[in-house]
Amino acid sequence: MEPMVVLDRLTRDFGPVRAVDSVSFSVRRGEVVGFLGPNGAGKTTTMRMITGYLLPTSGTARVMGFDVVEAPLEVKRRLGYLPEGAPLYGDMTVEALLRFVAEVRGYSGAEKRRRVGEAAEKAQLLDVLRQPVDTLSKGYKRRVGLAQAILHDPPVLILDEPTDGLDPNQKYDVRRLVQEMAPHKAIIVSTHILEEVDAVCTRAVVIARGRVVADAHPDELRTLSPRHNAVRVRIAADGVEGLAKQIRRLPVVREVEIERAMDGMADLVVLPRDGREIAADLLGWLRAQGVAVTEFFVEQGRLDDVFRVLTTRAEREAAAHA
Amino acid sequence: MRNVLAVTKRELGAYFTTPLAYVFIVVFLALAGALTFYAGGFFERGQADLQAFFVFHPWLYLFFAPAIAMRLWAEEKRTGTIELLMTLPVRTAEAVIGKFLAAWLFVGVALALTFPMWLTVGYLGEPDNGVILLSYLGSWLLAGAFLAIGATVSALTRNQVIAFVLGAAVCFLFLMSGVDLVLAPLRGLVPPVVLELVASFSFLHHFGEITKGVVSLASLVFLFAVIGVGLLVNTLVLELEKA
Repeated sequence: MEPMVVLDRLTRDFGPVRAVDSVSFSVRRGEVVGFLGPNGAGKTTTMRMITGYLLPTSGTARVMGFDVVEAPLEVKRRLGYLPEGAPLYGDMTVEALLRFVAEVRGYSGAEKRRRVGEAAEKAQLLDVLRQPVDTLSKGYKRRVGLAQAILHDPPVLILDEPTDGLDPNQKYDVRRLVQEMAPHKAIIVSTHILEEVDAVCTRAVVIARGRVVADAHPDELRTLSPRHNAVRVRIAADGVEGLAKQIRRLPVVREVEIERAMDGMADLVVLPRDGREIAADLLGWLRAQGVAVTEFFVEQGRLDDVFRVLTTRAEREAAAHA
Repeated sequence: MRNVLAVTKRELGAYFTTPLAYVFIVVFLALAGALTFYAGGFFERGQADLQAFFVFHPWLYLFFAPAIAMRLWAEEKRTGTIELLMTLPVRTAEAVIGKFLAAWLFVGVALALTFPMWLTVGYLGEPDNGVILLSYLGSWLLAGAFLAIGATVSALTRNQVIAFVLGAAVCFLFLMSGVDLVLAPLRGLVPPVVLELVASFSFLHHFGEITKGVVSLASLVFLFAVIGVGLLVNTLVLELEKA
């Protein structure tokens, strides 16, 4: 069976600028894809093409088997979309807005009331239903945006920076909502907050300069970090330089960094050659040398580093071509 | 159709949630009345008809219609809600028609509220009610033509002020195209056929016919055609923006 969302060499030009360049990936049921990239990398443009707001210059996207260029209405029926910044009709009350969306989605009468009620409940909006959207806080507005996106219980959800500008509690709420819905849907969440990827995503697609530069599980991405499998060792600060020199000579070690801590201790960060696992070797060697280790810790590598490495590399390559 | 009604309902709601709509209606009624009695010489004419009332409608609409239509699309673009609307399963044409209908109904309400005028002339004399009814319909149709133009212009910008000024300018051209002021410079420059074509675009001429009680098919077709073409262009403008 074809995945629920398929991006097929999606490309979009704005005048002479290629904003999105042959982006292809697909999303299956149960997957939450984190769509990452620096600002201006083409995330929003890509999402706007999937949702039929913009036409691709070439390539296409399919949602539940429907081509967005050929059958945009069929695609829109099966999508829930939270546009960037969650634009809403500010003069309407929350209830009126949700009713409007329900009507356009083809519900009427009791079914309409039920849908509006359910969406409002899921997005925790029941206490502000009668308030005009303009009077709501940012967090509530975002939830209204989410409520209208999930009102018809769509198989596919596209959320453009759903947690941008929210406080930590509000972020938590939005993520929890996404996680709850995840098993039954195919979800694409764009973000530039990397903790979000760990919190909700089963996969991360990184784009830079309109191109996909990585498509992997967050843990796999981490292996691309220069700090992946690095070992942090806390020892007494005196004599740390000599020890670092000795460790550097070990064949599995690429580099050793010294970070001085307070209270006469220091951290040695031992970076492995080729991202190998060196913890066991290193621990054995330290024991053999009789070094007193107070802390020993294997780093996973930070997504931030990977993100920087991947996206700046793309920038450099683009600059080199220019 | 269901989508058209949903959009119309939302837009009408948007008109009436702000006090602006009521201000609008009050100013329209006040102006329509003042013009009839002072500029139109309603009493002085000593005739039991509403000519003095309807003759000013094209000029009232020249400002009121673009003012009503200016927010239809420009506002959606400014706030970004157009992205919400256009990613709902609504055809562009449905949204265009829905919004136009809302504006048209709004003007319809304002126009209907001038009914005391009809009562007055009915109390003072024995008017030809058929002509008055026809004039009302003609007036509403004329407003529709202006609104279709205003809505289309509104789709070209995210700035309501620009939408208003540009809309009024385009409406003015249509309004004046039959007047000698416009026709005189063209005379001699273009063949008579073109001159007649330009003249035939005149809102004043077509509306004048209707208020005199002359139902010419040409005038009705013309006004409906302006609405139809306006909405079509409006739809095309929005469709082109996707590409």
